[in-house]
Amino acid sequence: MNNRIKHQEEKDNPTKSEISRRDFFGLIWKSLGVLVGIEVLGSITAFFYSAKNKSTTVAKQLLEAGPVSSFGMNSVTAFMGGRFYLARLQDGGFIALSLRCTHLGCAISWEEKRKRFICPCHSSAFDINGEVLNPPAARALDYYPVMIENGIVKVDIGNLKERNTFNKEQLTYAQ
Amino acid sequence: MHNVLLHIHPAKVSEASLRFNRTFGLGGMAALLIVIQIVTGILLRFYYVPSPADAYNSIIFLKSQVIFGQFIRNTHHWSGVFLLLIAFLHFLRVFLTGAYRDARKINWLFGLVLLLLIVFSNFTGYLLPWDQLAYWAITVGTTIISYLPLAGNGLRTMIIGGKELNAGTLQTFFNFHTAVLPFLLLVLVLYHFWRVRKAGGVLIPETDEKAEMVPVMPNLVFREFIVALVLLAVVLIFSALVNAPLHEKANPAYSMNPTKAPWYFAGVQELLMHFHPFFAAFIIPAGVMVFLAWIPFIRSGDKPTRHWFFSEKGKQSSKATALFAVVITVAGILFNQYVLNFEIAMPKIPALVSNGIIPLVILLFLMAIYYWIYIKRLRLSRSELVQVLFVFLIVAFIVLTIAGIFFRGKDMELTFPWRV
Repeated sequence: MNNRIKHQEEKDNPTKSEISRRDFFGLIWKSLGVLVGIEVLGSITAFFYSAKNKSTTVAKQLLEAGPVSSFGMNSVTAFMGGRFYLARLQDGGFIALSLRCTHLGCAISWEEKRKRFICPCHSSAFDINGEVLNPPAARALDYYPVMIENGIVKVDIGNLKERNTFNKEQLTYAQ
Repeated sequence: MHNVLLHIHPAKVSEASLRFNRTFGLGGMAALLIVIQIVTGILLRFYYVPSPADAYNSIIFLKSQVIFGQFIRNTHHWSGVFLLLIAFLHFLRVFLTGAYRDARKINWLFGLVLLLLIVFSNFTGYLLPWDQLAYWAITVGTTIISYLPLAGNGLRTMIIGGKELNAGTLQTFFNFHTAVLPFLLLVLVLYHFWRVRKAGGVLIPETDEKAEMVPVMPNLVFREFIVALVLLAVVLIFSALVNAPLHEKANPAYSMNPTKAPWYFAGVQELLMHFHPFFAAFIIPAGVMVFLAWIPFIRSGDKPTRHWFFSEKGKQSSKATALFAVVITVAGILFNQYVLNFEIAMPKIPALVSNGIIPLVILLFLMAIYYWIYIKRLRLSRSELVQVLFVFLIVAFIVLTIAGIFFRGKDMELTFPWRV
């Protein structure tokens, strides 16, 4: 009580000092508190992110799909281990389509009879290029880059590419 | 034990607050269910292995080799379901008796946070069995996040630690489910109770304010004991009779048909069938959450009655609005499914407009017509109007959830519950 009266006096008498000693120390304590908060937050962020960046430095994960000649024109081959469908279009171009539906992430399946991919979750449909035939999906299927070396088709399954629509540049042709 | 029981209660409570239909004991039930979850959860942890290779097998082992293993798992599963339902009913009760005003404002917000924590606890637990049901429900549930504008994709990648569910996801979910969330839940539940007591205990109608004060022991403690025993009996009997679901081990290459989000997100998933994801997963849920958090801070000007549904007029308008919400939601689902699909009907317009803005405007227009034709004539007070909107949103949400759980079958086509 006594202290509070004193404190009040200090406040009422601004000529003595602009900031009272009590306010000054209060300010220091608050700043220290903020500093500690930032340190803790920073440490936690570092704790979570330091290891993550190191573990994702794997460059290329190439999966050998097989010789070019083993894939017929206008055909789709499933590679469940690599989570993709390898499609060879009418003109001989290859594209490796992710089996994740772009709507909500379910695994699509290839319907040979109607030549299209169907999602069992919300009946989105995609053509052999991965282009949307039927909503609710709004984007074409994601794809993995395809490389052809010495007549062997290889798929870079560590490098998923997102796209809105299909275009010819996404295809890979045998030389 | 006796002392502890008396210590966490006030010495005396109003006789009016003891009436069962004042609170239905829902808050206390939720607290008991949390205790059941902690006890059974600790037991399960002794056998569960949080890795994609072993998680499923550890549950098979628990089911087949461990005495009471299946029963403990059932109890944990079903009391988790009950907890979410009871907490939701508690939330309805608190709103509909007006127990969110004045000294209870902040506690309303903490209650909402607790409800969200319970949802997250359920969601993180859903993944742990690592069966087909878990894998695909969480895949769908987390992909909904990626539709949030700007940060959505990054947020999803951060939460699941990659492009698709992996060992890191399972470990993160396990850690949240068994450490972070229970800890937060426990601390906030205690705080929630403390604030109820600080606000003067259970809210009672002012007409009952003169009711006699009676000693807590035995009047309240015995009643709580009876409710606890009955609830415990119901949970245990249910768990003895009905097994928690467990499908085949998760197979990332093959989706179940149909794949559904966990049941409490079935409403959002149903909304996703009808609206562009930006609206279904972001604008509408965020709008509802903001409205719910804002409720205690809306200036009403009318004197709180603390009666169920505020007043006779409040009761009448709530009943009519509930009916309106059921009709418009069911009609909307059927119309969109069988008569007009906005996205297919207007292929030239961006889906955000054709399947987002246009149906939303139509919906708001129908609500406005309902307001002009019926609600306006009742001359409701501000509180009663807020209540009308609340009832509409809650009932529509319940209808969507029921439709998503019970009326969506193969390929997510509409069907009857016995064919699902």
